[in-house]
Amino acid sequence: MLELININKNYNPGSVNELCLFQNFNLKIADGEFVAVVGSNGSGKTSMLNIICGSIDIDSGKIAVNGEDMSGKRDFFRHRKIGRVYQDPSKGTCPSMNILENMSIADNKGKKYGLGRGVNKARTEYYRELLSRLNLGLEDKLYTQVGSLSGGQRQALALLMSTMTPIEFLILDEHTAALDPKTAEIIMELTDKIVREKRVTTIMVTHNLRYAVEYGNRILMMHEGNVILDKAGEEKKQLQIEEIMGVFNKISVECGN
Amino acid sequence: MTLLLSVLEQGMIYAIMALGVYITYKILDFPDLTVDGSFPMGAAITCMLIASGVNPLLTLFITFAAGALVGICTGLIHVKLKVRDLLSGIIMMTALYTVNLRIAGKANLPIYNMNTIFDNGFINAIFPEGMSVYKTVIIILVILMITKYLLDGYMSTKSGFLLRAVGDNDIIVTSLGVDKGLVKIVGLAIANGLVSLSGCIFAQQQRYFDISMGTGTVVIGLASVIIGTSLFKKVTFLNITSSVVLGSLLYKGCVALAIRMGLPPMDLKLITAVLFLIILVVGMDRKRRGGRYVRTN
Repeated sequence: MLELININKNYNPGSVNELCLFQNFNLKIADGEFVAVVGSNGSGKTSMLNIICGSIDIDSGKIAVNGEDMSGKRDFFRHRKIGRVYQDPSKGTCPSMNILENMSIADNKGKKYGLGRGVNKARTEYYRELLSRLNLGLEDKLYTQVGSLSGGQRQALALLMSTMTPIEFLILDEHTAALDPKTAEIIMELTDKIVREKRVTTIMVTHNLRYAVEYGNRILMMHEGNVILDKAGEEKKQLQIEEIMGVFNKISVECGN
Repeated sequence: MTLLLSVLEQGMIYAIMALGVYITYKILDFPDLTVDGSFPMGAAITCMLIASGVNPLLTLFITFAAGALVGICTGLIHVKLKVRDLLSGIIMMTALYTVNLRIAGKANLPIYNMNTIFDNGFINAIFPEGMSVYKTVIIILVILMITKYLLDGYMSTKSGFLLRAVGDNDIIVTSLGVDKGLVKIVGLAIANGLVSLSGCIFAQQQRYFDISMGTGTVVIGLASVIIGTSLFKKVTFLNITSSVVLGSLLYKGCVALAIRMGLPPMDLKLITAVLFLIILVVGMDRKRRGGRYVRTN
């Protein structure tokens, strides 16, 4: 259970550029939910993810994970239970290390990074098997530097790496936005498969309304720091893309776009 | 022959320092100027200890530890006090000038008649008379090889992987649930430990400490790293640390050649700087044509 309680966040407080993003923002996400979050630019989607992960500080409020207050905890500490995939494929992997080294370093998450061997040879077969499920041919490129892979391959690897170890939350920040439509489709299907297999609570920010409608069991639409549409379960299944589009266009017109 | 020997000796001593600079500059992407202070600090500690009768072999370990401590200070200034990387190094470099004077007690401390790692009863006994010209270069080679293999070994541990990751993409280190600041501090500690160790060996080879001997160390280190990594990039059987070592030898060779061609030794630092500039410019050109991926942020 993840709870955001009375979150307040201002950007540039005290200056002319002061921007109030969240005012008494509240959100509850139950265990096992796959939440798709949509909304226009500046609506606070990514800021919300950053607040959950501790990448940006809040002015006041509480972030509770299973009742425990996380708001004072540092970002790396919170990430121990969070897997995160970014929009930029290069953020989820180490470009100068090879695939095997990348997988090994991710496999050790939550344990101590001591003076033991970085690559555990005994796990290589297991990594190969995980990679072969991606159907991207990466299992034959274990010793290839990740920097020379394509964006889609890197994003698939990043997704795999972020979900290798037991995590409580999977945070997806527009993770298909930088990919071509076909690759985006592959990554999205892969995401769905992993989320179902691991039954991990997932929050996915996306600009693709079709993905938001097709995938996940809850949909949120955000606008100017508020949730203006929240449908889950059966209600979400009934939802048509046109309906979402209608609401979306309405708020966009209000903004003068 | 003497020229070749002295290039090899100095090149290999500076190679240990260059390995340290490689960690900060290439891996951590941190231009660390602390080096200009930690190199003479290694020398100052060594001369002080040897003058007061400490076993020369022991000074190798003591100077490494002292250098690591200095690296930790630079890291704390940068990570905890949020001072920019370049400035953290400048602060430490300036502070170390005084520290070095305090350690040595004066600006110049010779150890001419003392035992060193190159000149003591044991070493003089195992090397036959005819080999004594080569003993310095052989001992330096042994120390350099041990250092290089230890560093290579560390780089393939889990902790070493994190170090490589933090310079590559520090976001992933946070994603792995590790404090990236801590990883940077560890990297700076190892780097300055190596630099200080290099200063220790240099002092024992030259048999003195001088307060100004650190000036330009970082330039020599950077030049070695850049020559090594760009020139030997395509040579697959050389790993990156070997390339840095070769870079250092090559750079020392170039400087020695310039002096030999008739430039007065007074111009040494100027030659060092100009040569570094040439390497930087040529290096940039290669990078552009090579079409390598450019790291954003």
